[in-house]
Amino acid sequence: MDAAMAPGPVPEKRPRAPKKSGAGEVSMRWRLAVASRVLAAVIGGYLLASLASVCLAYFLPLLFQSSRAEAAVLSMTLSFLFYLPAVLWCFACRTALRAWLGLLVPSAVLGAVYGCARWLV
Amino acid sequence: MKEGFRQAMAWLHTWAGLVFGWLLFAIFLTGTLSYFKEEITQWTQPEIVPHEVSDAVAAERGQQWLQANAPDAKRWFIRLPDERNPDIALTYSPANGGFERKSLDSVSGQPVQGRESMGGEFFYRFHFQLQMPHPWGRWLASVAAMVMFVALISGIITHKKIFKEFFTFRPRKGQRTWLDGHNAVAVLILPFHLMITYSSLVIFMTMVMPASILTTYGSNTSAFFDDLFPAFKSAPPVSETAPLASIVPMLEVAAQKWDGARVGLITVNNPGKANATVALGSNGADHIPHEPGTSLVFNGVTGELTQQSSMTAASLLLAGGMYGLHMGHFAGTLLRWLYFFAGIGGTAMIATGLVIWLGKRRLKHAKSGVLPFELKLVEMLNVASMSGLMLAVVSFFWANRMLPVSLAARSDWEVKTFFCIWGLALLHAFGRVFFRDGRTAWREQLILAAALYCLLPVLDMLTAGSYLWGSIRQGQWTLAALDLTALATGIFLAWGAFRFRGEGQSVIASKLTPTGSSRKQDSRQTLTGGSELAREGVSEGTTVQEAR
Repeated sequence: MDAAMAPGPVPEKRPRAPKKSGAGEVSMRWRLAVASRVLAAVIGGYLLASLASVCLAYFLPLLFQSSRAEAAVLSMTLSFLFYLPAVLWCFACRTALRAWLGLLVPSAVLGAVYGCARWLV
Repeated sequence: MKEGFRQAMAWLHTWAGLVFGWLLFAIFLTGTLSYFKEEITQWTQPEIVPHEVSDAVAAERGQQWLQANAPDAKRWFIRLPDERNPDIALTYSPANGGFERKSLDSVSGQPVQGRESMGGEFFYRFHFQLQMPHPWGRWLASVAAMVMFVALISGIITHKKIFKEFFTFRPRKGQRTWLDGHNAVAVLILPFHLMITYSSLVIFMTMVMPASILTTYGSNTSAFFDDLFPAFKSAPPVSETAPLASIVPMLEVAAQKWDGARVGLITVNNPGKANATVALGSNGADHIPHEPGTSLVFNGVTGELTQQSSMTAASLLLAGGMYGLHMGHFAGTLLRWLYFFAGIGGTAMIATGLVIWLGKRRLKHAKSGVLPFELKLVEMLNVASMSGLMLAVVSFFWANRMLPVSLAARSDWEVKTFFCIWGLALLHAFGRVFFRDGRTAWREQLILAAALYCLLPVLDMLTAGSYLWGSIRQGQWTLAALDLTALATGIFLAWGAFRFRGEGQSVIASKLTPTGSSRKQDSRQTLTGGSELAREGVSEGTTVQEAR
């Protein structure tokens, strides 16, 4: 990757958590951290977006007059607006662990809200 | 904290853009061509001459042909001719499954004896299916769209002085010029980029984001589509037969109900059976939102209007509006060209981004003059994905005119030519980049592409000149416009090839003149942050010294 052949005193721009083992060399640890962030962004982000759309599709017909098909369409249309910040978060936060937590915790909340609503109603 | 965030976004923009840049370039280029899908098809099938025919006559002819030739099909689709589609396009699903297509001449009502070619449909299909088996191509294209969305937004966040830099263009300064161009073309048509990217996600949302359908409808997902598009719902055929009513009176009903808006697609379910239905869909050119659910359904035997549905709910208009904006069916000639140039702008943004990525890293190796393996790999892919694809596109048009009209599986051979030329371009790029230098690869491919594009009008005149002159005499400029566009493209590529004249990298480096004023200008560049600038300034300086 880039840093492998970019020696020098100038720090590379990348998520800040990674630590490099030597001067300019990318450590295995850093590569794994990036891979973990990518996985968090793709899988965690998808999970969050899906759960957000599920909740929207469930609650919109209760709040407004709309058929369930329309609510499903709207929830799918808007789901990518949840996916995007999730991906950005994964690369902006300080560690890969935070990336995962930052997506899994809201996902769990959304899942719990939806589950409770289904269970109660 | 704020600077750190911006730097993280710059990193994300850089790497997301690199990894998916080549694929996105291909999607954007073929997608841009798809705005002229029908016009390209007219060029590849010049035998089909446009005529003015009323919808009623065309529908009548379509119905007659299908009744005679596909009486036991499960479903018929008749697409009526309009200003961009000269033929009556028939599609039907025979009893044994699958779909058959036939194109009828709108005057004679007989199948057209045109050369077999996919035409614009090929580029259109490629830009979201990527010539991969269903549904993997659509998935990959959707993933690429999401990456594009991420790259766009992270690029905007990275870009601090979006308004000021919009007016900053410093030509003939190598890396600076590329960056200025990248920023300018990105900001100039930013609404287009955002629209086209988000809408591409919306178009396939029921495939890629189906969770809410599953939780709302359970496993019975077809109920969702039946709710949305009642006209597409079809009952299984009954065994009793009954003659199909004429479609023409139904068109008159549609003209009243829709206040003159035209009918585009006619769907006949279970033709010839007692439970036949006819659904009329509106012509997409008459409204911006994509409204597959707006339809009138008639009893196929009595001809009575039984059901009318429209898509007026806000959520359907939002999704359908994005869909419609992406497809641009509503666009007239001027707007269609704007779409085309915006698409070229998007393609150019991706191309300049890829060039910048490599150019920046190349500067670090200017002293030794030897690129490491991974940079050579990127350069090879840059050449093959950009100039190689341009070659592949023009070879498709050449194949259309060169292949014998009677060749078996002719349209497959056109597609094969496209991919063979693309593959050869990749091989050539590999050989040149790894065993000589990248500039030679660019130059040679661009020269060949420029020649092929410039000579396409000549080829058209030699092989299909009668159609060309005939169409111009009729006042139809479609064929001539495609030839002229090819010529303009060829001239542009020739200019590109000219810029790559000479050997080595000294040409670009010698363009950098670190005088006082340009230094000052350079310090305005903030896309990559100050530290990057410092390093780049240093390496640029050394390159220039070396060039001297």
